[in-house]
Amino acid sequence: MGKVGRRLVGQLAFALVLAAACSVSFFAAGAMALPAPAIKDLAFGESDEKIQAIGTLVNSGDSAALSFLQSLLDGEVQTSGEDIVLVVKGDTAVDAYTGKVVAPLPETLDDVIVNNRMRQELTTAIAALTLASPDRAIRLAAAKVLQNNSSETVLPAIDAALAKEADPEVKGLLALTKASIDLRGGDKGKKLAAIRALGLSDTGATKTLLLQVLERKGAVYVEPDAQVRAEAQRSLATVDRKLLLGDIAARVFSGISLGTILLLAALGLAITYGLMGVINMAHGELIMVGAYATYVVQSLFRQHAPAAFDFYPLVAVPVAFAISAGVGVVLERTVIRHLYGRPLETLLATWGLSLILIQGVRTIFGAQNVQVQNPSWMSGGFEIMTNVVLPWSRVVIIAFAGGVLLAVWLTLTRTRLGLYVRAVTQNRAMASALGVRTPKIDMMAFGLGSGIAGLAGCALSQIGNVGPDLGQSYIVDSFMVVVLGGVGQLAGTVYAALGLGVMNKFLEAWQGAVLAKIMILVFIIIFIQKRPQGLFALKGRTVEA
Amino acid sequence: MTAGFMPLAAPAGGFALARLWSGRMWSALAAAALVVFVVVPVANLVVPEGSVFHVSEYTVTLAGKIMCYAIVALAMDLIWGYTGILSLGHGLFFALGGYAMGMYLMRSIGLEGVYKSPLPDFMVFLDWKAYPWYWKFTQHFWYCALLVVLVPGLLALVFGFFAFRSRIKGVYFSIITQALTYAAMLLFFRNDTGFGGNNGFTDFKRILGFPITASGTRMALFMLTGAALLGFLLLGRAIVMSKLGRVLTAIRDAETRVMFSGYNPLYFKLFIWTLSAMICGIAGALYVPQVGIINPSEMSPANSIEIAIWTAVGGRGTLIGPVIGAAVVNLGKSWFTQAFPEYWLYLLGLLFILVTLYLPRGIAGLWVKK
Repeated sequence: MGKVGRRLVGQLAFALVLAAACSVSFFAAGAMALPAPAIKDLAFGESDEKIQAIGTLVNSGDSAALSFLQSLLDGEVQTSGEDIVLVVKGDTAVDAYTGKVVAPLPETLDDVIVNNRMRQELTTAIAALTLASPDRAIRLAAAKVLQNNSSETVLPAIDAALAKEADPEVKGLLALTKASIDLRGGDKGKKLAAIRALGLSDTGATKTLLLQVLERKGAVYVEPDAQVRAEAQRSLATVDRKLLLGDIAARVFSGISLGTILLLAALGLAITYGLMGVINMAHGELIMVGAYATYVVQSLFRQHAPAAFDFYPLVAVPVAFAISAGVGVVLERTVIRHLYGRPLETLLATWGLSLILIQGVRTIFGAQNVQVQNPSWMSGGFEIMTNVVLPWSRVVIIAFAGGVLLAVWLTLTRTRLGLYVRAVTQNRAMASALGVRTPKIDMMAFGLGSGIAGLAGCALSQIGNVGPDLGQSYIVDSFMVVVLGGVGQLAGTVYAALGLGVMNKFLEAWQGAVLAKIMILVFIIIFIQKRPQGLFALKGRTVEA
Repeated sequence: MTAGFMPLAAPAGGFALARLWSGRMWSALAAAALVVFVVVPVANLVVPEGSVFHVSEYTVTLAGKIMCYAIVALAMDLIWGYTGILSLGHGLFFALGGYAMGMYLMRSIGLEGVYKSPLPDFMVFLDWKAYPWYWKFTQHFWYCALLVVLVPGLLALVFGFFAFRSRIKGVYFSIITQALTYAAMLLFFRNDTGFGGNNGFTDFKRILGFPITASGTRMALFMLTGAALLGFLLLGRAIVMSKLGRVLTAIRDAETRVMFSGYNPLYFKLFIWTLSAMICGIAGALYVPQVGIINPSEMSPANSIEIAIWTAVGGRGTLIGPVIGAAVVNLGKSWFTQAFPEYWLYLLGLLFILVTLYLPRGIAGLWVKK
């Protein structure tokens, strides 16, 4: 606030002259039209007198008052003897009463002590005076200061500002502040009006204010008047309803956002595990490889083409896909293909692969997290309701996940590769007999699944930390999604991912993040008891699935 | 995959102890017992420190720790090697046993904590005024000793009953056990759970009145662990050689056929699964006083999967194999993490891959003729 005020002092330099020229002050007529008793009280008075004087200055609405109060806050106001009050800036001193330059400086100068209480009062007063600023940002800042520490002394200034204010955000804040001041006052009519005004607002701060009215000490209400309490109860209900609506909207959105992230992480697994039956514990590490690929692309862009930095995702997406797919194909060729049909061994071997990949990344990039910067068009967000802001990065990722899902679906249903993958999944021997080169299809399908993991890593790098442990935190979750969704079904994976995401966010609001996670895991464990084949299972005739 | 399938005349009226192993194996066990109960104690407590025959405190603790791991690997072998059920949640049972023992050890600190309070330091830190209900009676050793077996046992019984009843098996079972230990880890990481959050229990002072760091106490714990290991080896052998053991191996090799032969695999699986969890609990209880700390990271999925690799390295379906596997891998780990800390994960990863690809019968499989 101090900075804003000081900036203002400069801005108001000429306004000061203007004020000096044409203000017809009630108390004194001088170059600086400030009431002399107030200045005297401020310089020499007791604490209470000082605070009263500040109120007087604020209510004068005088722009010179702002400058003087700011000087006081900055420790520029000094006194000499019993009656001289000076504003000392560097080597020049100005008499606070007359506004005339005093030279030479008196020999003995005493600082006017500004204690914490004074400091707060001064900040508030300056904010109140700043409300007249033509700059919206300054007014908003001032309104925020007032909201946090308001006192009755500034009420007239707020009223004046409210009458003129056009900006809804500043106006809302001011109205809230006014209501909170009114609530603390004794007047019943004002209280009721304030409570009704609060009912129209929809911020969390409103609720706190209303709850204060309904507070009790022991069995006795703090607020003695039953009518006021009833009104507060009604307003509280309205506010609660609005807040709840916003809350639900925000939660659904963050649930869907989490769901799409789970979907991206699990989609590759749905192919490698769901279709091919390979338990790939290194899946999380393939996600991590994709994230690091994005990091490398991003760094190269920053170094060699900073002008095109905003377009780096266009390169990062295919690169992340290609590198993860490449790593996946190598893993499949060297290790996994020897273990088809031995799921438990595959599990252990791929766990080993994941350890090697983690340590490999640590050796190359270091154990610390690396920073991936968003392109500028992904930062920020848009507000759909008060308190509900959708960050662009999340919105982009939801759209990206939709695109990836569509691409995977098209690949599996509309391309020759997809046809072969499905054929091998359903009846390997028959497909082989009909001339499908099953080992090649295995390799391609595994590469596809791994590549999608890379895409997930690319997306994750935009919203979270990129470190060697990135994959570990997603592997349990991705398996849960695939297991819940049912093996061999993309639709199941989609429903399971979105369902788990939304459920997780709602439970999180209810019981906190850790318990929510535990409840989800327990839910899945119980769910598998009931439907071991998942939500959507392919119908089959074999006993051993 | 089948273990050495030795035809065995079912002994009438209980089994004859002597017939469990060959004479050579019995002598090897006797030698091991001699080392644990005579050689090491003498070399540690009697032989003076400068001598080449002196066994240091560090070595005794390390050996005790590895024997605890060997017990866990043995328990894992019963359920995985013999019954074909890969659990990725055995670290949970181990940790639960450890926590049960840890509760007693925390109570025995008495007023010697940092805050000089009758409550453990972490509870003082949380501003708790009294022990929560589940800490009741934990000041009694016998009660905690009961918890060491009952908590993992009950959890395994309930979880196993539901899982096996709905015929969850193979990878599905592995993954939900992993989810189980992961969930438990998250739960224990919470400070409000009342088990010390991510710091867990540490700074123990005494056990049954004996100072916990004294050489005598350490040696007693070491010998107790050795006795437990030998005892569980015997128990395991008795089980796998019995008719029950035969059914278990049959479940591993062809569960459907076992069902069609008129057996209900549920109770066989449930028995061995619960027993395995209880053995893990005991291993955990022996581990905590020797290592001096227990925290939720013992429940991390990575730890549980490492247990599987000890068993795999040693050789599934042999009882002595997992003991060797746990010893080899952990000795390698403590040497490697000191000598080349950055290469240990590479080696461990390679171990996972090479063993599954080229050594499916483990180290023990090198000796057993095909």
